[in-house]
Amino acid sequence: MMMHIDVSSVLRQTVSCELYSNLVTRPTGAAVRTQIEALLADSRERSLTVIDFSHVGMIDFSCADEVIAKLLLRYANAERTEREAYFLFRGVNDDHWDAIETVLERHGLALVLETDDGAKVVGTVDDGERVVWEKVYELGRTAPADLASALGTGEADCEAALDALHRRRLVMRTEDGYIAVGGIGIRHD
Amino acid sequence: MTSVITVPPSLDDHTFEQVVDQLAAVPSDAKVIVDARHTRWASPYGLTALLTLGQTRLERPSFTAPDNEDTSSYWARTGFFRHAEELFDLHGSVPKARGGESTVLLEITPVTKSEDVHEVVGRIQQKAQQILAKELNIDAKATVGFAMTLSEVCQNIVEHAGRGGWVAVQTYTWRKRLGRRVVVIAVCDAGCGFRQSLESAPGRVRSDRWDDAEALEEAVVRGVSRFRDPGRGQGLAGVRRYVGRWDGKVSVRSGTARIAIVPSWDDDVPLQEKLAPFPGSQVQVTIPERVSGGPR
Repeated sequence: MMMHIDVSSVLRQTVSCELYSNLVTRPTGAAVRTQIEALLADSRERSLTVIDFSHVGMIDFSCADEVIAKLLLRYANAERTEREAYFLFRGVNDDHWDAIETVLERHGLALVLETDDGAKVVGTVDDGERVVWEKVYELGRTAPADLASALGTGEADCEAALDALHRRRLVMRTEDGYIAVGGIGIRHD
Repeated sequence: MTSVITVPPSLDDHTFEQVVDQLAAVPSDAKVIVDARHTRWASPYGLTALLTLGQTRLERPSFTAPDNEDTSSYWARTGFFRHAEELFDLHGSVPKARGGESTVLLEITPVTKSEDVHEVVGRIQQKAQQILAKELNIDAKATVGFAMTLSEVCQNIVEHAGRGGWVAVQTYTWRKRLGRRVVVIAVCDAGCGFRQSLESAPGRVRSDRWDDAEALEEAVVRGVSRFRDPGRGQGLAGVRRYVGRWDGKVSVRSGTARIAIVPSWDDDVPLQEKLAPFPGSQVQVTIPERVSGGPR
């Protein structure tokens, strides 16, 4: 199941004024996240949600913490939830990035960002995680053996790395392999 | 008995201490007359701090406006008298406010709730980009960080002060210390202050040295918050990063102490203790005009 949430629309429904396009203040962030969570409540056990910042003017640190960090802490963490909720962030520009990067670093979080050149993983990821994620993204649906072959490493190591990325909800696990978040719908020739 | 509090001719974050020193000798329920007749200039910090002074008095104080017409007129354009008349009995020549003051980026605006911060950020964005780029030679991209900084310092009032405060943003030429244009954000409240806010954290253990100065060090330098949530405390840290990036300065006064993150162009004292007590928190952020070869 794939869902699209326009954060700007949620913001306008949350704050009383139609004209506000900035994600500022902690209470606003908490209200926006609550609204997003209400939308997610209708989703199935496994879902991919596009969180779209395209029409958001700016976001401050407090709001980034409430909207992004707390959303990821709650859903994108296998230790905390049985539910498989995946997020792809769209429309994040330089004006948003400073606050988002700060809260990701603060909490040791990572997310997948959709850019003009495709998707990329950002935030707190080590070099090994990044290499594996990028290779999975490049390959499309990938089994540990395929990844091991592509990277020239052991299958067990690849399986562990894929499992770690899955627990962080950066790759999706399916019956026949792993898919990078943001890799769905992309042609892999 | 009525006490007269004399406002210095030039009122900024430093000379406001002269006002606080005079107030320290006066009981909070005593009548005071705040005499600004001979004041010729006031920074946004000075004006917003004067309003918080009015909030702190149990007996409604009086305020005598500056004799100088230009000064009085300028104060009116910043919105000072509009708010002051709610707190003080005004005396002297108080002009009606007129618009069109180009150096007032954001006139004095009350901040009590989250919606006020939205309003302030929305209004500043319209003018900040032009001012930062054209007057201060700062990259237009810095506008967003400036609005974020404004948002975070205003939120300190909403989240921690326990009562409303004021914010103002102005540009002017700071001849005395810098000789360059600056943009200054001032956010002042007469709420509970940093020490009391941090003391309200559940299970908090106080050190032997615990006082206003240590509270400021914890909050401003170490990013400690009264909330256990690990995501808290990022606001002021973000303000410090922004100010550092643009070679700016941030100072915070609370209770009996004042802390400042001091850039190389200034000779301010990083930490002052045992000042005369004043309620709440008073924050000033200064971003200077960028000169060739300065930080980007």
